[in-house]
Amino acid sequence: MADYTIKVRRFQPESGEGPYWEKFNVDLEPSLSVLDALLQAKDRDDGSLSVRCSCRAAICGSCGMKINGQSGLGCKTQIGEAQELAEKKASVGSGDGTIVIEPMGNMPVIKDLITDMESTHWTKIRRVTPWLLPHGEPPEREYVVEPESMIDITQSMACIQCGACVSSCLSMEADPDFIGPAALAKAYRFVGDPRDAETKERLHDLAHDPHGIYDCTHCFSCIDACPKGVAPMDQIMRLRRKAGEEGIEDPNSGHHHELAFVKIIEKKGTLDEVALPRESFTFGIKGKLKPSKRAIKEVIGALPTIFRTIRRGKVRSKWIAPHHKLPGGAQDEVKAIYEHAEEHREEFNLYIKGEEGDEEAAIAEGLEPPPHAPASEEAAQ
Amino acid sequence: MPTHDVLVIGAGLAGQRAALAAAEQGVSVGILSKVHPVRSHSNAAQGGINAALNPGDSWESHAFDTVKGSDYLGDQDAIAVMCEEAPEEILHLEHLGVTFHRNEEGKLGTRAFGGASAARTYYVADITGQAIMHVLYEQLMKHSDSVARYEEWFCTALAMDEQGECCGVVTRNIADGSMQLFSAKAVILACGGNGQAWKPTTNALICTGDGISMAYRVGAKLMDMEMIQYHPTTLAGKGFLITEGARGEGAHLLNAKGERFMERYAPNKMELASRDVVSRAEQTEINEGRGFPDGTVALDITVVPKKRIHEALREIVLVGRDFAGVDITKEPIHIKPGNHYTMGGIKTDIDGRTNIPGLYAAGETACVSVHGGNRLGANSLLDTLIFGRRSGADAAGRAKRIEGSRPSRGALEAEQASIDEIAAREKGSGRRVSEIKQELGTTMDAKVAVFRDEAGIQEALEIVRRLKEEAKSAYIDDKGNIFNQDILGAIELGYMLDNAECTCVAALERKESRGAQYRTDFPERNDEEWLKHIDLQQGDDGPEISYSEVTITQWQPEARTY
Repeated sequence: MADYTIKVRRFQPESGEGPYWEKFNVDLEPSLSVLDALLQAKDRDDGSLSVRCSCRAAICGSCGMKINGQSGLGCKTQIGEAQELAEKKASVGSGDGTIVIEPMGNMPVIKDLITDMESTHWTKIRRVTPWLLPHGEPPEREYVVEPESMIDITQSMACIQCGACVSSCLSMEADPDFIGPAALAKAYRFVGDPRDAETKERLHDLAHDPHGIYDCTHCFSCIDACPKGVAPMDQIMRLRRKAGEEGIEDPNSGHHHELAFVKIIEKKGTLDEVALPRESFTFGIKGKLKPSKRAIKEVIGALPTIFRTIRRGKVRSKWIAPHHKLPGGAQDEVKAIYEHAEEHREEFNLYIKGEEGDEEAAIAEGLEPPPHAPASEEAAQ
Repeated sequence: MPTHDVLVIGAGLAGQRAALAAAEQGVSVGILSKVHPVRSHSNAAQGGINAALNPGDSWESHAFDTVKGSDYLGDQDAIAVMCEEAPEEILHLEHLGVTFHRNEEGKLGTRAFGGASAARTYYVADITGQAIMHVLYEQLMKHSDSVARYEEWFCTALAMDEQGECCGVVTRNIADGSMQLFSAKAVILACGGNGQAWKPTTNALICTGDGISMAYRVGAKLMDMEMIQYHPTTLAGKGFLITEGARGEGAHLLNAKGERFMERYAPNKMELASRDVVSRAEQTEINEGRGFPDGTVALDITVVPKKRIHEALREIVLVGRDFAGVDITKEPIHIKPGNHYTMGGIKTDIDGRTNIPGLYAAGETACVSVHGGNRLGANSLLDTLIFGRRSGADAAGRAKRIEGSRPSRGALEAEQASIDEIAAREKGSGRRVSEIKQELGTTMDAKVAVFRDEAGIQEALEIVRRLKEEAKSAYIDDKGNIFNQDILGAIELGYMLDNAECTCVAALERKESRGAQYRTDFPERNDEEWLKHIDLQQGDDGPEISYSEVTITQWQPEARTY
């Protein structure tokens, strides 16, 4: 047993008061969870402390919350680890070393740690037509599909709709209309499903929505927050790639922007911000293809920003100072990474590869080359 | 007053399947749940769902395994219905979009499971229940014009008309605390089991036996309430489940000496004998000093190929890592038998009908009985779906046939008064609800578990009855309306105490050992006197006992060895 103090952001809607902080002292094994701590406080001290919870085992998705500022599940976060993090934060001047527990972000708070998921999370889920749309009558027996395709979308099926990714999503903070990580991961579950007959329509819809797949900014917050390894951002990237493969022209030029990005890095090793808009809007073939009217409009619209960034020294014009090259043979290494990626197109999927850092499994699957020599005792066994 | 032809209480697999089946018949359907539907406990069913779908398999073989697994207490007509309809149900789920595991040909693939004579368990990694339930919820969203969802509404009582028929329910809208009377021509209870009356348990905090208790209070018959399954592989302390799929994939059970002890108890099926058999074997090892000091034995999953673990047992990798600090791919994990499943429940026929007209039950809340004394792994999902569907269809048929009566406001007022009374109790006037729940759970786990005897059960019954008295003055802190979980906890405590009392009474009554009921004072199965169901009905002084016949069609009872 160990003593802990948890500091909970409380809100009692019927009190007429605003939100406030309250500390509770609890004693439990370090291996028990933050949810266990909350339930102990609720059982012993104050039954009005409100938190949705049910399974206690990271299956039901009820207890999404922020712990020391990080979105996740209360039941899956060990109290001992939460304490360590709180102390670490305090040592760099953030907080007083007590575990801080708040309701999820990007959602209205109803009471204490209970948020309104219906008006945010579930509305967005329904936005992506979240049911299978097969063609015609089903076969007499099962649909015969590639075994890998089922494993592929099982990663999205592992989502428990806890909302932790939504809570952590920085794009949604900036644009509350963003369809968001959970709903887009759900969308991939259908787009990747060979039984669904509306793949193209779904992709078209998600690419053309100004708050759709190109609204994600690659911040990785959802991947960090997800307690089930669904990696919503990865699913969004798959949607983008498939949309590109389908030749879908989106209003943001999102697909071409990505291709331009990839191409520039391959060529120069770092991002040439001057080349990026040009390559994005003229489809990377300067002088051969005329930019579209909309692209010209976009570039003209971006001119004030471009001038401002040049003035502040954030980008350099290629005539004044050309984009620098990587030193030595570094560019060759970048090329080698591209070649490796081209040869290994497998998706990162936990059901195939195991948890991150599990090299043995990756080697067994041929996703990683075997080590040349046993580097450690463990590897020698 | 919200009015539906068919109203389903509970939105796990049985409830959602019932609602969809009723809606297919073109009647108006409501589905009401105290948690958002995808939070329901069907999520936790990891391993899979049984069906004799392979060309070499037969429903009769599945049925025989189920009958034998039930220790011959299961009703064979109901078991036949379940096993015969299983293949069609699996295909239906597949067509709706469940991402079932495929074999190399791209067809549905299976895994082995306990107590089964063939590999007939279909699965989605080890999230089968979750995958099916989320797909059914997709269908509920799709059919939202024909199925009204009441998410986070708590049911406090069933409403009865003057003819003694069920005609609605009294509910509390959790979001604002308002009480609402619902009118329905048929009510289907699909509220899950009662595992929270035991501590520890694999069951979620919501599994408080609500449906069983509400039905009991209006005179419905309960059956097989003594049959409580202890799952062989749960984590000590927290009670988390390690799927039987782990043993299905080849994992071994070892005692502290490193012996594969199942050799002594079930030399043929070894780790894949029926759950009651494996749990008793483990408990015997532990009781006789061959367990680990923490009162456990070990489950060794390291013998399963790593690739297969990641593909098929990923959830267990996470459970081991996050809740036990063990990498199951590298070392054995300590486990013990733990409370898991309510085989008994509200007595129904094969269409979910109870002895009360208009009242149906399906899933773990119900007792058809297809599980008898012991449920086979991967038969529970099947039970929820088959009998959920049948209940929904039959309830819709009733709704089309009858006029229906309106529930009286008296039911609503009585419930409101009872809630006001709970809220009005002074702090310190009695014990805290949480204290009583704690004492209930530890009592049941100590006295009404894997091994039982008269003295222990009697003691448990006396404690439960004392707790029932204490619950009447138990106080709560939260006096508000919005999301008052404290009030709900007090009502759930009452439900759990009803369930526990019934289990004790039935366990005391059955003076033999059969399935999950192992009486050390009556260690043999006694078909002559006890091949019958124990039925319970509410009387003035607690449950009144009667008996009903076990339906035996083609499988005569024989000695049960694995």
